[in-house]
Amino acid sequence: MHIVDRRLNPGGKSLVNRQRFLRRAKAYVQQAVRDSLKDRSIKDLDKEGQVTIQRDAIHEPTLHRAAQGGNRERVFPGNHDYMEGDRIKRPNNGQGSGSQAGQGEGNDDFQFALSREEFLGLFLDDLELPDLAKRRLIGGKVDGIRRAGYSVVGNPSNLSVPRTMQRAMSRRIALRRPKGTDLERIEEEIAEIEARDSPLPDDAVRLENLRAERSTIFRRRNLIAYIDPVDLRYRRFENVPKPVAQAVMFCLMDVSGSMTEHMKDLAKRFFALLHLFLSRCYEHVEVVFIHHTDRAAEVDEQTFFYSTVTGGTLVSSALDKLLEVVKERYRPDDWNIYVAQASDGDTMQSDNGRVVSLMQDEILPMCQYVAYLEVGREEFADIETVGTMTGLWQAYAPVSEANRNFVMRKVHHRREIYPVFRELFQRKGVAERTA
Amino acid sequence: MTAKHAKAPLFTGSDWDFPLINRIYETVEPIALKEMKLDIYPNQIEIISAEQMLDAYSSIGMPLFYKHWSFGKQFVTNEMMYRKGLRGLAYELVINSDPCINYLMQENSATMQTLVISHAAFGHNHFFKNNYVFRQWTDAEGILDYLEFAKRYIAECEERYGQLAVERVLDAAHALMNQGVHRYPRIRPRDLKSEAAREAERQAYRDRIYDDLWRTVPVGARADAVPNEERRAALGLPQENILYFLEKTGPRLASWQREVLRIVRLIAQYFYPQRQTKAMNEGCATYTHYRIMTLLHERGWITDGAFMEFLSSHTNVVYQPTYDSGHFGGFNPYALGFGIMSDIERICLEPTEEDREWFGDIAGSGDPVEVLKDIWVNYRDESFVSQFLSPHLIRHWRLFKIIDRTSESELRVDAIHDERGYRRIRRALAREYDIGRQEPDIQVVDVDLVGDRKLIVEHGVVDGVLLDPADAAMVLQNLANLWGYEVVLKEIDTENRKEMKSHSAQPQEGWPR
Repeated sequence: MHIVDRRLNPGGKSLVNRQRFLRRAKAYVQQAVRDSLKDRSIKDLDKEGQVTIQRDAIHEPTLHRAAQGGNRERVFPGNHDYMEGDRIKRPNNGQGSGSQAGQGEGNDDFQFALSREEFLGLFLDDLELPDLAKRRLIGGKVDGIRRAGYSVVGNPSNLSVPRTMQRAMSRRIALRRPKGTDLERIEEEIAEIEARDSPLPDDAVRLENLRAERSTIFRRRNLIAYIDPVDLRYRRFENVPKPVAQAVMFCLMDVSGSMTEHMKDLAKRFFALLHLFLSRCYEHVEVVFIHHTDRAAEVDEQTFFYSTVTGGTLVSSALDKLLEVVKERYRPDDWNIYVAQASDGDTMQSDNGRVVSLMQDEILPMCQYVAYLEVGREEFADIETVGTMTGLWQAYAPVSEANRNFVMRKVHHRREIYPVFRELFQRKGVAERTA
Repeated sequence: MTAKHAKAPLFTGSDWDFPLINRIYETVEPIALKEMKLDIYPNQIEIISAEQMLDAYSSIGMPLFYKHWSFGKQFVTNEMMYRKGLRGLAYELVINSDPCINYLMQENSATMQTLVISHAAFGHNHFFKNNYVFRQWTDAEGILDYLEFAKRYIAECEERYGQLAVERVLDAAHALMNQGVHRYPRIRPRDLKSEAAREAERQAYRDRIYDDLWRTVPVGARADAVPNEERRAALGLPQENILYFLEKTGPRLASWQREVLRIVRLIAQYFYPQRQTKAMNEGCATYTHYRIMTLLHERGWITDGAFMEFLSSHTNVVYQPTYDSGHFGGFNPYALGFGIMSDIERICLEPTEEDREWFGDIAGSGDPVEVLKDIWVNYRDESFVSQFLSPHLIRHWRLFKIIDRTSESELRVDAIHDERGYRRIRRALAREYDIGRQEPDIQVVDVDLVGDRKLIVEHGVVDGVLLDPADAAMVLQNLANLWGYEVVLKEIDTENRKEMKSHSAQPQEGWPR
C-alpha cells in the first residue's frame, strides 16, 4: 500500500474548464454581471459576486424519458395505512407517481460565484479611452527588456558558453598554447626510446632534448590557461523604454444644493465606474477629482465620493479650476486630457456664456474627449421635452454638434448608468459592430 | 477466530498523521483479507484537500480528464454549494483502476479515515475487482493510461482544428453518451492500453495509402440500389450504440472526429457498470466497513467514542426517508444495498420459517460473508433486488407499489407489504433498477447510404412513456450535425408497432466538418 500526500500538488485543475464554461456562457454571464451592478453600493462595485443565469443557456441535453405521461409503476417506502386496491388522488405537481424531489430539474436558474477578477473582466470588457494619441517617453518607465550583445561582466546564469569558448580558443591559438596532442606525441617518443633494449648512439641526447621540450610544454600549458577570466562573455540585456501614453482624467462633479441625493448617487456611480475602469485598465492614467458648488476645489478620492458639502451653482468655477490644474501640472503637449463632467444642468443663465466659451475655446482644443453626463430626477424620466431642457444642456447642445470629441448623455435611473457608461467608452470597432 | 485483541486503541483523539494511517491500514488489512477473504487490487491512498476534492468531483471523479466546459459547469455548481454550506463533500473518492486509487480528504477525523479506508480501499475495491459486470466491461489496468491518451489527443485536436470545432463535436458526443454503450457483450473486452497504439497505427496507415491521384479519378455510374435487408445487414443494423455507428459509418466525419467519438464512447462504456451496480457497490462497501469497524471496536482497536462517531455517520449514510417525509428522492442506494446485505447475513445466521421457504439455498448456511461474496461477484442491482429482497425487509420498510395509468384519473395502490404483495413489489422494485427499462431503447434502424442518406432512429416506447420532447429535439440536432444529413427519430410503440410521435432534424450550416 502506498500513501501519497497530494495536498501540496497544485490545485486549480478545474481552472481551464471553469474559464471555458464562462466563455461558453459569456453572453449570459455578462448580462447578469451588468444587471447586478445596479443593485450594488458604490463601495461594492468591484467585489466578487454571485450571478444567476438561466439554466437553458448551458443545458446539456440527453435522450431520456419524459417525466409525465404513460403508464408507470413505482415502489415507495413508508406505507402507513394504504391497502391493496386503494385509490389515491394524483398529486398536484402532475408528476406521475408521487413526489420526485431531487429528480425534477425544471427550468430554475443556475447560480454560481464569480471571482473579483472574472467579474471586472466581464464588466469592463471592450472599453477604452478614445483617441489616446499623444505618446511620449517618460524616464524610468520600463516596459520590457531585450538582448543587447555581450558584456564582460554579468551574472553566471547569463554566461554565454559559445562566445566564451570562441574567445578562449582564439586566445589559445594566438598565444600558441601547446595542444594535448603535442604532449602525447613527445610522451610516446620518450616511452619508445626508453623502451629500447639496445639504445642508439644519439638516444641520450635526444631523450634530453625531448624531456626539455616536454617541460617547456608543461610550463606553457600551465601559464596559458585553457579558459581565462578574460575570455568570459555574458549575454547582456537592456531595458527598453517604450513610449507611454500619459493621460489624465478630470472628474468634474456638481454638488450644489439643487442636486438631490438621487442625482448625486447617479453621478457618483458614474464616476465610481469610471475610476474603476481607469485604475484597472490603464497603468498611466491619473485622475483629478474636482467638485464644485459656486466654488470649485480639487479634492481627493475619499472626499469626492463621500463628502457632503453643498451650496450654490457656478459651473464655470469648475472649468476655471480645471484649466488652472492643467496649467500647473499637465502640459497639453505631453498629456492626453479627458474630462468627464456630471451635473443636473441647473445653472445660472448669466454663467452659461462663459461656460460655453471656456469649453469651446479653451478646454475642447486641448482635450481628447469630453463627456458631459446630465443626471435627472427619476420621476421625470419620461416627460423630458424641449421645454424641460436644462440651461446647461441647451448651452452645450451647439458645442456638441460642432465638436466630435464632445459627447453628452442624460440618465435618470441607476439602471441607465452602466449602459451610458459603456456607450461613452466603448472600443470603437465594437460600437460599430453592435450598432 | 484467532484475532488478537488490541493492547491499546489505535488512536484516541481525532487527529491523524501518516504513521497512523499506516497503522490503521495494517490493522484493517488482515481483517479484510484474512478473515473476510476479500480479493482486492493493490491500494494507493492519496490524501487531498477540499479544493482538490472539488476538482476531482468536476471530472467525474477521475484524476485526469480532457477539458470541456461542462466540467467547468459542474465545478462552479459544486463550489458554490460547498461554499454556501449547502452540501458537504464526500469523505472519499475511489477509482476503479489497478492499482486502486483512494482519495481521502484531509479534513476527515481519524475515525473517518478508518471508516473510509474500510469502505473504499477494501469494500469498493473488492467489488470493482470481482463483480462480473466490471470484469466484463472495464479494464481497470488500462483506464488511467487511456484517459491520459484521450486528454492528449483532444488537446492536440484543439491545437490543430481549433477549440470551437472540438468543443462542438464533444458537445454532440456527450449528448449521445448514454447511447454510446454496447449493452450486450458481443465484442471482446476492452484493452484500453493498446487503444493509443491502435490509433497511431490507423493514422500511419492512412498516411501511407494516401495518394493524391484518387482525387482525379472520374466517378463512375452510381451503384445499383441494394435490397433493404442486405443493406441493413451490411451496416450491422439495427444498432443501439449510436456513437459506435457514427464512428464507423458517419459519411461526413473527419478521422479525428471519429476518434473523439470513440473516446467518448469508450469512457461511457467504462462507466456503464457503475450505473448498473450503484446499490450493490455501495452496499458492498457499506457492509464491509460496518463489519470491519464493529470488529475493530470489539477488539479494542478503536475507543467507544470513536465507535459512536462512526455509528452516527454510518446511520446518516444508510438513512432511508419515507415517501411522505419531504426528503424522499427515491431509494438511497446505500440504504438499499446495505439493508438487503445485512438481511442476508441475518438469513444465513438466524433464519425464520419464512426465510427457509424463500431462500432455501442460503438460509442457515452459517457463513454470510461467503454467501455475500458470491452475490457480489454474480449479480447487478436488478437481479440482486429481484433475488434477495426478502418479505422481512418489505415489511420493515413498509414498501408499497403504486400504479399510475394515463387512462385513469387516480393512482392505484397495487401491492402492499402482505403475502399477496411481496413478489409484485419485489419485481417492480427490481425493474426500477433495470437500466434496460429505465433508459429509453433507442436504435439506429435504417439508412440508405447510396440514396438520400437519411438516418432513421427508433425509440421503442414502453408503457406509453415518450421521450422528453425538448431534450430530444436538441439531441437530435446534435445527431444530425454529426451525421451530416437529415435524421428522423420515430417513437414506436413496442406492442403494436404504431408510430406515436416523430421528430426530425437537419444538420446546421457552418458546423465544422
